[in-house]
Amino acid sequence: MRRSALPGLAIALIVLAVGLVIAFTVGRYPVSLAELLDVLWSRALGRPTSAPAAVENVVLLVRGPRVIAAVLVGSALAVAGSAFQGLFRNPLVSPDILGASSGAALGAVIGIFFSLGVVGIELLAFMGGLAAVAAVYVIGSMLRSRDPILVLVLAGVVIGALLGAGVGLVKYLADPYNQLPAMTFWLLGSLAATSVSDLLPLLGPVALGTLVLVALRWRMNVMSLPDEEARALGVSTGPLRIAIVAAATLVTSASVATSGIIGWVGLVVPHLARALVGPDFPKLLPTAALLGGGFLLFIDTLARTAAAVEIPLGILTAVIGTPFFIWLLADMQRSWS
Amino acid sequence: MADRSKRPTAWLDRRAIVTGLASSVLLPGRVSAASVTDGAGRAVTVPARVERVFPAGPPAAIVLYTIAPDLLLGWPRANRPEEREFLLPDIGSRPEVGRITGRGNTANLEVVLSLKPDLILDIGSVNATYISLADRVQEQTRIPYALLDGRFDGIAASYRTIGTLIGRPEPAEALARYNDDTVKSITGRIAAIPRERRPRVYYARGPRGLETGLGGSINMETIELLAQNVAGGTPGGLSNVSIEQVLLWNPDVIITIDLALAANVYNDRAWAPIAAVQARRVHLSPKLPFGWVDFPPSVNRLIGLWWLAKILYPDLFPEDLRALTRDFYRQFYHVALSDAQIERVLAGRD
Repeated sequence: MRRSALPGLAIALIVLAVGLVIAFTVGRYPVSLAELLDVLWSRALGRPTSAPAAVENVVLLVRGPRVIAAVLVGSALAVAGSAFQGLFRNPLVSPDILGASSGAALGAVIGIFFSLGVVGIELLAFMGGLAAVAAVYVIGSMLRSRDPILVLVLAGVVIGALLGAGVGLVKYLADPYNQLPAMTFWLLGSLAATSVSDLLPLLGPVALGTLVLVALRWRMNVMSLPDEEARALGVSTGPLRIAIVAAATLVTSASVATSGIIGWVGLVVPHLARALVGPDFPKLLPTAALLGGGFLLFIDTLARTAAAVEIPLGILTAVIGTPFFIWLLADMQRSWS
Repeated sequence: MADRSKRPTAWLDRRAIVTGLASSVLLPGRVSAASVTDGAGRAVTVPARVERVFPAGPPAAIVLYTIAPDLLLGWPRANRPEEREFLLPDIGSRPEVGRITGRGNTANLEVVLSLKPDLILDIGSVNATYISLADRVQEQTRIPYALLDGRFDGIAASYRTIGTLIGRPEPAEALARYNDDTVKSITGRIAAIPRERRPRVYYARGPRGLETGLGGSINMETIELLAQNVAGGTPGGLSNVSIEQVLLWNPDVIITIDLALAANVYNDRAWAPIAAVQARRVHLSPKLPFGWVDFPPSVNRLIGLWWLAKILYPDLFPEDLRALTRDFYRQFYHVALSDAQIERVLAGRD
């Protein structure tokens, strides 16, 4: 079933572009379209803007970084989700299948427990995600089995549960007035605090991981076949699997470290992308990246504009993701073939 | 520290003897005194001599410490060294016993029983949840459980009730009066200022200062007594907000409990346009040994009222905060502070 990826890619691109325009123009702080264009145009030309300082501040230091972070995190989760779903040949897999989110969550709550600064918390979350997946991988490869993928998934489930217990323990020990609310908010996911200084630590790992996955796009198609068939086609599945898992984990950990736990995006968006362009990875990856960025951007715009207080992203994505997932379960045969 | 309880007043002696005799006839083996009505209207029957009290949570531990430190069995959470410096040495270092109130028990009821308390004291919200919790624990442990109101306007009555429960009405009355006088004299002086003309305050919590208390939340009681809470339009508890929203609120004053935010806010370009930042009116709340504006929600916030009043209305409150601090720490925490210690407390650092 060869089909052109162009219409699908175009749709994904339009979703993202519309999302960007809406995200920049709406917000709690009133910024008119003229002011917005003036600030962006002046910035591009490197001359001072005529807009008030507070407006310039909102656009360049508050809303701008947040919009960019939403796109990056959404893309990252969608790309990682696509990679994991292909690798595990399972449509119900999300980027946290190998414990990246649980590890990041434990890292973050430990950081909050010890009253570290924001950088310390994010760094611990990032390292926690990487360490959890590394542990899962080592355990999975130590247990010899005819089905290495299944063992890997089971190891991920078990380690994830253990890390979840660790998060529970730290929350239990935390100061209930100060630290516990901070942990709860972190675990619900939010981009409310994104600043310019968050963008580089997010962009670096996401770009690196995505580049690796893009470079492996043809071989990822082969990895979607059962192990014996892939080997018969001359692909050494072991090293390739490590590379894919490492790249997807890098991307996931960096996003979760910035945004907290945001579920559903990595699970749902790959299916939408597959519905648009089919399961061929060279087409699927860019489509999923664009769609994921657009999707989370819409969600985050809703999260920051609906009320004076923030709505946690994890809650919004779940409210939107659950009906979709039920539809997916009902319709799995068709959408996976 | 048992010396105070070994010198009960004559009044207590008489009451103890009379009720003790009466109840030893009625209930052999169990000496019980008068029944006292707690903050929820429950009748609590306590023994004639209350010598060991288990605090259900941090607010109760602090209130009990201020009246009768010797009765305190332990702390819900062990005090850190920097906190112990501002408490009586042998009381501040008493062990961690966990808590019964609120989100999940960390205290094991068998441990509570093994400590043999004469009374469990719980101070905080008085609502159906906590009343049923009090009843259940009392039924299970057979230890009298008193539930008292911890809000500013309820704390004086709670002090007096505790005084009756533990048979020490005088210190309780003195602290109750201090509480009433403080709240009355502060609110009286600003009563002429209509609510909408009071400074608009944003309360910044969390690692990035983007957690705040919504209208009517217990965290905002100190601030809402004296000023307008910019987030007060939405009723609720703690919540996350975005910087964009804080910019829109444009508060006149920012009160924070976060050291990192207080240190960096003047250099953070995202916060720069806010009126409070421009006017350099971002204030770090003192927190030793217990927080001055927010948690635990107990009498520790009383001195925070003076601190906040002086920040918000410097002309109306010419008092010397150092003298007030020294007096409060002597009366409530039973410690005499040196000038250097007062400076450390006021700096808000660890």
